[in-house]
Amino acid sequence: MKRYSGFAVAREGLNYHLGWGRAWRNPAPRKKYDVIIVGAGGHGLATAYYLGKNYGIRNVAILEKGWLGGGNTGRNTTIIRSNYLQDPSAAIYEKARSLYETLSQDLNYNVMFSPRGLLMLAQTHHEVRGYRRTVYANNLQGVETEWIGPDRVKQLVPIINIDGPRYPVLGALYQARGGTARHDAVAWGYARACSDMGMDIIQQCEVTGIRQANGKVTGVDTTKGSIDCDKLGLVVAGHTSVLAEMGGFRLPIESLALQALVSEPIKPCMDVVVMANTVHGYMSQSDKGEMVIGGGTDGFNNYTQRGSWQHVEETIRALVETFPMISRLKMLRQWGGIVDMTGDRSPILSKTPLGNCFVNCGWGTGGFKAIPGSGWAMAELMAKGAPGPLTEEFSMYRFREGKFIDESVAAGVAH
Amino acid sequence: MSTRLARGGRLIDRSKPITISFNGRRMPAFLGDTLASAVLANDQMMVGRSFKYHRPRGIMASGAEEPNALVGLGAGPRFEPNQRMTTTEAFDGAETASQNHWPSLEFDIGAINNKFSRFLPGGFYYKTFMWPRSFWKNVYEPFIRQSAGLGKVPTDRDADRYEQAYAYADVVVVGAGIAGLTAALGAARSGKRVIVLEMTPACGGRAVVDGFAIDGQPAEGWVAAAVDTLRGMDNVTLMTRTMATGLYDHGYLMAAQRIADHTPGDGRPKQRLWRIRTAEVITATGAIERPLSFAGNDIPGVMLAAAVRDYAVNYGISIGDRTVIVTNNDDAYRTALALLDAGLTVPAVIDARPTVTGALPQAVRDRGVRVLEGRGIAKVHGGKRVTGVEVCVQAGEGAMIEELGCDCVAMSGGWSPVVHLWSHCGGKLLWDEARAMFRPDANRPPLGADGRGMVRAVGAANGMLTPDEVLTDAHAAFGDGTAPQTNAPDEARMEPVWIMPQGAGPKLRAKMWLDPQNDVKVSDVQLAAREGYESVEHTKRYTTLGMATDQGKISNINGLAVLSDALHQQIPATGTTTFRPPYTPLTLGTIAAEARGEIFQPLRRTPIHEWHEAHGVEWEPVGLWRRPFCYKRAGETTHAAVNREVRNTRTNLGLLDASTLGKILVKGPDAGKFLDMLYTGVMSTLPVGKCRYGLMCNEQGFLSDDGVVVRLSEDSWLCHTTSGGADRIHGWMEDWLQCEWWDWKVYTANLTEQFAQIAVVGPNARKVLEKLGGMDVSKATLPFMTFAEGQLGGFNARVFRISFSGELSYEIAVPASEGRAFWEKLIEAGQEFGVMPYGTECLHILRAEKGFIMIGDETDGTVIPQDLNMAWAISKKKPDYLGKRGQERSFLASPDRWKLVGLETLDGSVLPEGAYAVAPGVNANGQRNVQGRVTSTYFSPTLNRGIAMGLVKHGPDRMGEVLDFPGDGGKVHQARIVDQVFYDKEGAKNDA
Repeated sequence: MKRYSGFAVAREGLNYHLGWGRAWRNPAPRKKYDVIIVGAGGHGLATAYYLGKNYGIRNVAILEKGWLGGGNTGRNTTIIRSNYLQDPSAAIYEKARSLYETLSQDLNYNVMFSPRGLLMLAQTHHEVRGYRRTVYANNLQGVETEWIGPDRVKQLVPIINIDGPRYPVLGALYQARGGTARHDAVAWGYARACSDMGMDIIQQCEVTGIRQANGKVTGVDTTKGSIDCDKLGLVVAGHTSVLAEMGGFRLPIESLALQALVSEPIKPCMDVVVMANTVHGYMSQSDKGEMVIGGGTDGFNNYTQRGSWQHVEETIRALVETFPMISRLKMLRQWGGIVDMTGDRSPILSKTPLGNCFVNCGWGTGGFKAIPGSGWAMAELMAKGAPGPLTEEFSMYRFREGKFIDESVAAGVAH
Repeated sequence: MSTRLARGGRLIDRSKPITISFNGRRMPAFLGDTLASAVLANDQMMVGRSFKYHRPRGIMASGAEEPNALVGLGAGPRFEPNQRMTTTEAFDGAETASQNHWPSLEFDIGAINNKFSRFLPGGFYYKTFMWPRSFWKNVYEPFIRQSAGLGKVPTDRDADRYEQAYAYADVVVVGAGIAGLTAALGAARSGKRVIVLEMTPACGGRAVVDGFAIDGQPAEGWVAAAVDTLRGMDNVTLMTRTMATGLYDHGYLMAAQRIADHTPGDGRPKQRLWRIRTAEVITATGAIERPLSFAGNDIPGVMLAAAVRDYAVNYGISIGDRTVIVTNNDDAYRTALALLDAGLTVPAVIDARPTVTGALPQAVRDRGVRVLEGRGIAKVHGGKRVTGVEVCVQAGEGAMIEELGCDCVAMSGGWSPVVHLWSHCGGKLLWDEARAMFRPDANRPPLGADGRGMVRAVGAANGMLTPDEVLTDAHAAFGDGTAPQTNAPDEARMEPVWIMPQGAGPKLRAKMWLDPQNDVKVSDVQLAAREGYESVEHTKRYTTLGMATDQGKISNINGLAVLSDALHQQIPATGTTTFRPPYTPLTLGTIAAEARGEIFQPLRRTPIHEWHEAHGVEWEPVGLWRRPFCYKRAGETTHAAVNREVRNTRTNLGLLDASTLGKILVKGPDAGKFLDMLYTGVMSTLPVGKCRYGLMCNEQGFLSDDGVVVRLSEDSWLCHTTSGGADRIHGWMEDWLQCEWWDWKVYTANLTEQFAQIAVVGPNARKVLEKLGGMDVSKATLPFMTFAEGQLGGFNARVFRISFSGELSYEIAVPASEGRAFWEKLIEAGQEFGVMPYGTECLHILRAEKGFIMIGDETDGTVIPQDLNMAWAISKKKPDYLGKRGQERSFLASPDRWKLVGLETLDGSVLPEGAYAVAPGVNANGQRNVQGRVTSTYFSPTLNRGIAMGLVKHGPDRMGEVLDFPGDGGKVHQARIVDQVFYDKEGAKNDA
């Protein structure tokens, strides 16, 4: 694999870039792998990457029904933050955020992590209390956040209207090292690195069955034939319940469409990410100049991945009120992604009732920011066959015990 | 040069001259012009710079597919970036400015990127800008952001207003060209309610430009007659300037109507968003012409052939004196004829097809124009304007045969049906090999609520390109009898040409633009394929092909054909990217409409709202309500006002507007059984006339709401909920009644707004009520936790003897219409007892002093009643209630849960809100261990010190222990665990 650098780009430019090879191979599946990961989204690819990097497990296949990175990894609003309230969440999201800091260099692929700062606006007294609590929690968790007043908010986001008549901005939870990254690049960067380690990424390969013997997984049936494996990781977000059913167990997950949209591009006007949970909307500006806007989830379970209208309208109202200057910008494109929601809105990284079968799902509306940490922790879980500190609390059995990791406390809506 | 012709222009009104400005240059134009035709009439071909390389960009098209011609329009509060000139109507005084250049359109520093374009191929930024690490955020990204972006940033609040409206139809016909009009006439004559939406100001589409006859009369006359007929029918609504932007599930169609876009400031709304529910949609949205991919096809002056024709026929504009036409189909010959008719020169038609026969080419030949068969363009000459083309053999590698001087190139690569609306809601496409296009697959339409297809494509939108095909297809949708007939000549088949010339080498391919706005070239797509970005979605995202503001309307098909070729696979195997709403960018203001400022959300007002307003209120938003936080007197701080209210209520008399409290009537033979399931306690045994405090949990067992339940009569209960919880709890009740216990005989009604409710609180509470008179409110007759109905001071009143403050207290409900009068009566009668209104903050302090919990403070969705020492409110006898099973799970039943206690700082200060009590050491993830947290914390004016409540591990067993709460700036607050009741532990005051 050719190493990427400014020098390499210049060198190849002299030859009309005809010399670049594939970023990842396109192999046919072999008969057997040590580990099969189902799902070549960010989480699946990151799991494979850290299996190889941290544990030397490289005889790995990543199976993808469609094209890699084509699910929620390529549909989210690219926000990265770790200002979570509960200890287990803060631990894994901060692990992810800190890995993002050096991910471009680790992968030799520019994922454009941009720690531009992230604000969660408080617009009711209730939110003020909630975010102050989060700041205290974060400080004890080693997550750097602070509570800032309305003047500082205005300073960081000059286009904001802080004294709207209905929900004036009372302050914000500020994470200076939160930000964004280029979502596709995260999947592509991991894919290239996995492929380089000798792992097989097999696209257009849908899993149709999970084979087992004596309570342990032995392989999978796919549209490209049967493949054996010693260990199986299911990392497929919205369709996890479908795969779990093949494995003979159930998961407490509902699948919903989450709405997002972008505006036409304009010159830079907003350097930070702003989330406004009381009025339901969040917005950042991409490097291309589009305002990237996230809305809510549809009120009914579905798998359509379509944009719907109601949340778009609600979100735009909120943002036009919060940022009056966007009124004459235009919505360029809207879409939906299928998110897998658990009962406590926290993920599941867990062993399953099927031996050697592991599951990583339930990231709901907030999975992108977790990708490196999720992969890191899942790799540990799969390599050791037992949960480590990062995954211990995220077992699927917590619902049986009632040991929820409830983040709805802090974040009313958006992730 | 481009200029206005002396005659012609069916859409402009030469008797109504207007003036617009472009980059400060004043330009004469006519009413009916678009911004594009207006500047073209003034020889302004170059109108912008591309996104990445900052190359000169000219107008390419005449409609919604235009990729280049974007300007900033207007100024100040009416400034609008990225306005598409080809679809924006010119108006007198319109100020426009080109975008994405510095310092000027003509001389742009950013064009240095163009010099280095060889080193900036698709996706180059993924391979570089990685070192040193901090440079991404601080150097590279700011630079990229500055040179990217397009339009300028609006700075002001929008001066315009926007509307929304609803409409319902049996059939919505989108597009009023001849296909749409034919379908609409058929639908209308069958008696259906029909809405016709046309995005431009005029109907007729391409037919009126191409100028054939329909049923013996000129197309223009036929169209006018059809429009007249439709306008005359009661069951038809025809709206022009209305863009169908998106189709959603169950026939929900959004359409944006431009009302005052072309008459800004005339008082009308700028735009109106129509939300249409329709049983069926007919898409008669036409087709978009494809460019051809030859080197230099992005140079200003290279345009779509039909656009050149449109400008000549519709606007009387000559794009150039000498126009070379390059094509792979017959239709482009119409452009040659139109230009010849206008007296302009066509040096040659370059046709990629090896042999060209057919009526249209023959007509062109007959007028002395050379038709160069089997030829292509190797390269376009020119920088900011076309100066000539090199002709080559299409089948070759690009060696020049001859050079043709010209100032305009009109290109046509065939047509692609507009399939966006068809696709938005799941309609599938098929690849029509013969026509070389994706068109709607009638066997796989988007499905409506009834599971049947809800969209039908007709005419060019269905892939029918010749006028007779179009009319036959559109007529078949509803019509009987025969379809209208035309005299249009037959056309020979187009032959797909994806690269020109076919054997072009890398140097030429690097100059063939697919997406001129985002600067994506043939070579970029081939690079993406070579690097393994093989999915069409990967290619799109890697190269940004089709991600510009035109969303790839002209570039997508060419791009995926190039990709398919690079992957050695058929085009249908590559497929298309997903078509997403909106069809063209939709103004955010139009979506938000009137929901701004004060009416951003509905404001709920209690009957006493205006009184508060007039008496120094400081508001607190609570859901859609506003509640008084406190009432400030002249010169008083918020803190002082709150303290005054607390002291006065404890010593004299306080009034609280409690009207926002949820009041839900639950009635029916099974109401008692229902409430026993809903609440953790027993409500069915509550005697009539009595009140009982109740807790509600969700299925998981977590506490979700609380309030006082009153038995009004044998079969009716009144459930008080928290203010914020009223709608949620009512929905919760209905959820259970409608989905789970649908056979239980229970009705619920949310009466929250039907009553005003006032808490009369303090040692003088009874005195003031006795002064009002009419009811016996004595301790003997109306003891604590009872209810009576009667007259109080002449008002019909329900009096609840309950207390959330520890004081002697009554909550009195009167009909909402009398709330204000009753409040004022209490204020008046209370004067001698020291009455003062108090707000929510005082309410909070009063309850905290008494150790009462508040939903949302002591609870956060993770707390169960047992954590709050409220096991007393949970019935041990009931077999079941919502949350019971949840609470039996091991973690919820654990003795190690954090439990509610009081907290007193050692120095009397106020603990910070939300602070955590630390425990020694760190956990396995290196996080500091914690053992509790503050849930409520206030300064108590009654006790003149800080008081707090919190949840602490084993808290009730650790009375007297001191905990450390790290606060702000490294300060650690120390607080002692105490009983949660700080004031009047015996309850003597309430018992008075």
